[in-house]
Amino acid sequence: MHGFANPKRFLALASWLTPLLLLAGLAVTTAALAYGYFLVPPDRLMGDTVKILFIHVPAAWLGMGGWTAIALASLVHLVWRHPLAALAARGAAVPGMVFTAICLATGSLWGRPAWGTWWEWDGRLTSMLVLLFLYAGYIALAQAVERDGSSSRIPAIFGLVGAVNIPIINRSVVWWNSLHQPPSITIGKSAIDPAFLWPLLAATVGFSLLFGGVVLARMRALLADIQAEARLRRQALAAA
Amino acid sequence: MSAAAAILRRDLALLLGNGRGGPLLPVLFFCAVAVLFPFAVGPDAKLLARTGGGVLWVAALLAAILPLDRLIAPDIEAGFFDQLALRGVAEEAVCAVRLVAHWLSFGPLLVLASVPVSALLALEGETLRLLVLGLLAGTPGLAAIGLIIAALTASLRSGAALAGLLLVPLAIPLLIFGAGALAGGDPAALAFCAAISLVLCAIAPFAAGAAVRAAREG
Repeated sequence: MHGFANPKRFLALASWLTPLLLLAGLAVTTAALAYGYFLVPPDRLMGDTVKILFIHVPAAWLGMGGWTAIALASLVHLVWRHPLAALAARGAAVPGMVFTAICLATGSLWGRPAWGTWWEWDGRLTSMLVLLFLYAGYIALAQAVERDGSSSRIPAIFGLVGAVNIPIINRSVVWWNSLHQPPSITIGKSAIDPAFLWPLLAATVGFSLLFGGVVLARMRALLADIQAEARLRRQALAAA
Repeated sequence: MSAAAAILRRDLALLLGNGRGGPLLPVLFFCAVAVLFPFAVGPDAKLLARTGGGVLWVAALLAAILPLDRLIAPDIEAGFFDQLALRGVAEEAVCAVRLVAHWLSFGPLLVLASVPVSALLALEGETLRLLVLGLLAGTPGLAAIGLIIAALTASLRSGAALAGLLLVPLAIPLLIFGAGALAGGDPAALAFCAAISLVLCAIAPFAAGAAVRAAREG
């Protein structure tokens, strides 16, 4: 793992891995979504609206997976002081937030025909909304740390505190909802039909590849920023 | 142990004195929200009694943001943590003491203020009892989150503005169980509120201590 603490080796790997992940992700996602949209039969109850599931469910998984990535990278950064782990956590924050937002937006669009409402204070919806705010807080904190040149360990600590709290938030929101009202409409939780399952899994793989590609691309951009700044400083010193 | 007592005395003198904005500011804010609310929704006693407890919880949560920018930052600037570190006192220990001092400087006052303010919102009897008990159980957790956030944002210029954004999502479980207990339906709610408070109090000294050290290195 520490072999990649050297940015040169990381960049050599990332320079071909980034386009590979992005292109493969794009291809798999397009294929899965096209297959899901055109070839999967419409649901008996929900018709064609059910097909938003192929975007909604992977987005939800990756939205939650994004914070897991932040937490793991933060732990590696705090314990082993791995410099690239801080960049990885930083890089995972924005795509994680975007996937959480996509999950909320598609859920809202889906909820309109399925439940007859744009927003329901349902436990899982609400905990995704809280997750979105946590992402916003994390990104704002990381940006402030970059601006003020503070320690990169500060957002890492917040990432870990958030990771400890997310299960508590999730459980408490579910409890809160069950106290106030019984679930009004639950989506058919019966075992999902294989016709839906395969494009769903394929779309998840595609979105995950895209996620990885975006994280690598953002890490390269952050490294380039650092290098550009260092070069500028060297040149200014030489000129002075 | 005597060091801890000395630090606690110093922290309390600072937090309860006027040096750090004073202990009254969050309490006055808490009361102001309670006074504003009836103006916004009308003086209907039934409506106030049903929603007032929740409003007071939100007010307590927002009031907890106010003292954060003066909680840790001045001590980092003054080198208080560095002096203690030189004498072998860990940041975690100082932060644990600070957590106690922070809670003492705003928790009990808030709980006391909630009693007269409840009269304004037509909260009586069982609801008032549950509100006071809930605030007693929940404010240590609010203080713990506040301490973590204050330590994380202490070295940042825009720390005060960030603190609110960072505190609100973390405080949601306390709000849910604290305000949820008001309905009186589930006695477990208060116990859960206290349990979450305890977990947060257990994490806070370590997270805040690590943040103080990070601020020194940064």
